[in-house]
Amino acid sequence: MTTDTTTPAGAVPGTAAGPAPVTGAGTALETLTIAKAINRALADELAADEKVLLMGEDIGSLGGVYRVTEGLKARFGADRVVDSPLAESGIIGTSIGLALRGYRPVAEIQFDGFVFPGFNQITTQLAKMHARTRGAATVPVTIRIPYGGGIGSIEHHSESPEALFAHTAGLRVITPSNAHDAYWMTRQGIRSQDPVIIFEPKRRYWLKGEVDVSADGHRGVSAFQAQVVREGTDATIAAWGPLVPVALAAANAAAEDGRSIEVIDLRSLSPVDFDALQASVEKTGRMVVTHEAPTFGGLGGEIAARLMERSFLHLEAPILRVGGFHLPYPPSRVEEQYLPDLDRILDAVDRTFAY
Amino acid sequence: MSDDVRTDIAEAARSFGITPEDYMLPARHLIRIVDQDGTVLSTEEQGAEPGHDYPVPADEDLLEAYRRLVAGRRINDQNSALVRQGRMAVYPSSHGQEACQVAAAACLGEGDWLFPTYRDTVAVISRGVDPVEAMTIFRGDWHGGFDPRQHKVGIQSTPLTTQLLHAVGVAHAARLRGEDTVVVAMCGDGATSEGDFHEALNFAAVFHLPVIFFVQNNQYAISVPLARQTVAPSLAHKAVGYGMAGERVDGNDLVALLAVLERGVRLVRGGAGPLLVEAHTYRIQAHTNADDATRYREDAEVQEWLAKDPVKRMRTYLTDRGLLTEELQSRYEQEAEDIASALREGMNRESTPDPQDLFAHVYSVPTPQLAEQSAMLAEELSREEAS
Ligand SMILES: Cc1ncc(C[n+]2csc(CCOP(=O)(O)OP(=O)(O)O)c2C)c(N)n1
Ligand SMILES: [Mg+2]
Repeated sequence: MTTDTTTPAGAVPGTAAGPAPVTGAGTALETLTIAKAINRALADELAADEKVLLMGEDIGSLGGVYRVTEGLKARFGADRVVDSPLAESGIIGTSIGLALRGYRPVAEIQFDGFVFPGFNQITTQLAKMHARTRGAATVPVTIRIPYGGGIGSIEHHSESPEALFAHTAGLRVITPSNAHDAYWMTRQGIRSQDPVIIFEPKRRYWLKGEVDVSADGHRGVSAFQAQVVREGTDATIAAWGPLVPVALAAANAAAEDGRSIEVIDLRSLSPVDFDALQASVEKTGRMVVTHEAPTFGGLGGEIAARLMERSFLHLEAPILRVGGFHLPYPPSRVEEQYLPDLDRILDAVDRTFAY
Repeated sequence: MSDDVRTDIAEAARSFGITPEDYMLPARHLIRIVDQDGTVLSTEEQGAEPGHDYPVPADEDLLEAYRRLVAGRRINDQNSALVRQGRMAVYPSSHGQEACQVAAAACLGEGDWLFPTYRDTVAVISRGVDPVEAMTIFRGDWHGGFDPRQHKVGIQSTPLTTQLLHAVGVAHAARLRGEDTVVVAMCGDGATSEGDFHEALNFAAVFHLPVIFFVQNNQYAISVPLARQTVAPSLAHKAVGYGMAGERVDGNDLVALLAVLERGVRLVRGGAGPLLVEAHTYRIQAHTNADDATRYREDAEVQEWLAKDPVKRMRTYLTDRGLLTEELQSRYEQEAEDIASALREGMNRESTPDPQDLFAHVYSVPTPQLAEQSAMLAEELSREEAS
């Protein structure tokens, strides 16, 4: 059985087998926010493949509530950037039908807490269609969901339901943490032959970064691989999406205490790149995994358990989890006390050293 | 977008010389052409009204549909027998509803699509799917037995009404591709209470898509009667709420079903927007072999509906019209018998689903995790074999 450890399913043309050297010659760097990087990725895919179309609530003239689809309807027309009726199951369910006829629908769910009316179509239909038909029917639907807290919003606008989808066989779940990844992971996600859910870290939409938009700016990295975003030798922090910048800040703070912390950005939550995590924890012997979603039943538990199975004898301490409490996401005035932050992550790092 | 819809509804209404409202609202009475004794009703008794009158289909269409009807009944009863013999896990029979099954498939052209429910096996087979392949899901070999794209038939759906949205998506694709595809999307009376029923009808109407929603109102959702699903004047009346046309038809009258659906397909293909057709019928057998229908309905009611049997009715009608000869009848019966024996043969043949197949199709390329798990299972199985 062949597997896809390195090659993205439906790779963007020019994907090299391994990471290409980053030289000035082939690069085209642009400074973009995450939101603009995704917008650019959507535009580039709409331009590259006439079967790509966007569907969602308010994504047309308004450009989406976060303006991620700004300008796309004007450029590609109302048949390719479709303002749908206000119904999430309808958006996902009709995307499945469109995909059965050769389209690559990219659905936008307006907020994380509003994916649930579409949950039935995602889990009982989208995730299972390929297996149900023994691969005869591919349904390359991409679902973009802004997720996570920290934006001071009201209920249902700050959730992190990624574990529910990662738990569902047949879906690929990815989440970028920076503008460059947002651009390339969005493009690679759309080109995947499998259904892909892209969780977009909404509190980082305005985070700027350099994006290499040249033809092989992806440098051979698949959307379904983790990446070491900071090298270190003493402990590893594994994080994704909105918490990657927090993990990096924690690593920087720890460096002042003379600790060398490696940070891994998981990027893909299904499949999880366990090989990359294993390599890191076997180097450092310690790991803290952090996410905004509740710790209980979260992906951190799966990661800790799997690495214990694979790397038990390399561990200097138990793998610790820093996640949300097992609560409904709190009201905005107390969300700060809920969200994993630099101190909570550093405390956990300390505990792995004290063990 | 909604302006276009109104224009087209208005155009369809104008072509019949009636108001858009009268076009969208179902006729005052059920459309029925042949009564339960097999005699043709007078025009007044057919429930026809201006804009809601339906010409009797061509003789050869009627005979061809009857041929499939005879096969459909045989398929249902053969499958129920196979379940009793333990050759299949479950079979939701459409015994009593075969006229609906046949009409749903017969009204479609080559490029058209059908989205069936678990109960619509006869429609699936009538559309050309191999009977044994169609039974794969009920036998428990796999969750789908054929390629939906090859047959333009969705895999029979269990989560109620999910398939209606897939149908609407396929119709949306047809519109974008400039194809004149028509999609028939099937569901039951109980399923009309589900949210996806609403979303599907609304999407189809708003995007003005070529879909016929075909509801078999067999009076029950397992044990729950229609009165617990809706207090609307009829299910067909729901259409007007979406800005589409609705019609009610006798679901045991194959002639009326073909007449209504054939006109429907023509209108929908011509751009008149989606349509909702409610067929009144009855599930003669229990919901499935696992159900006990005596707990929620009286035998007298079943008897009443047995008298309205769609097969007997059509046979009398065609015989009286001189279209169906003894010779044709026995040929159709023989063909039905051949399908039944193919089913018996296929279902009695031992099959050994390979558990490794489970890992092969979850993703287009198996993930490292699945590769690992498939190796784990292979190892476990080889140990079992060795011991
Ligand atoms: C979402 C969902 N809920 C419940 C069920 C269980 N179930 C299967 S069939 C059925 C009754 C459906 O009745 P109806 O739509 O009238 O169709 P019929 O079975 O009469 O053909 C129920 C409740 C299901 N399949 N899907
Ligand atoms: Mg019913």
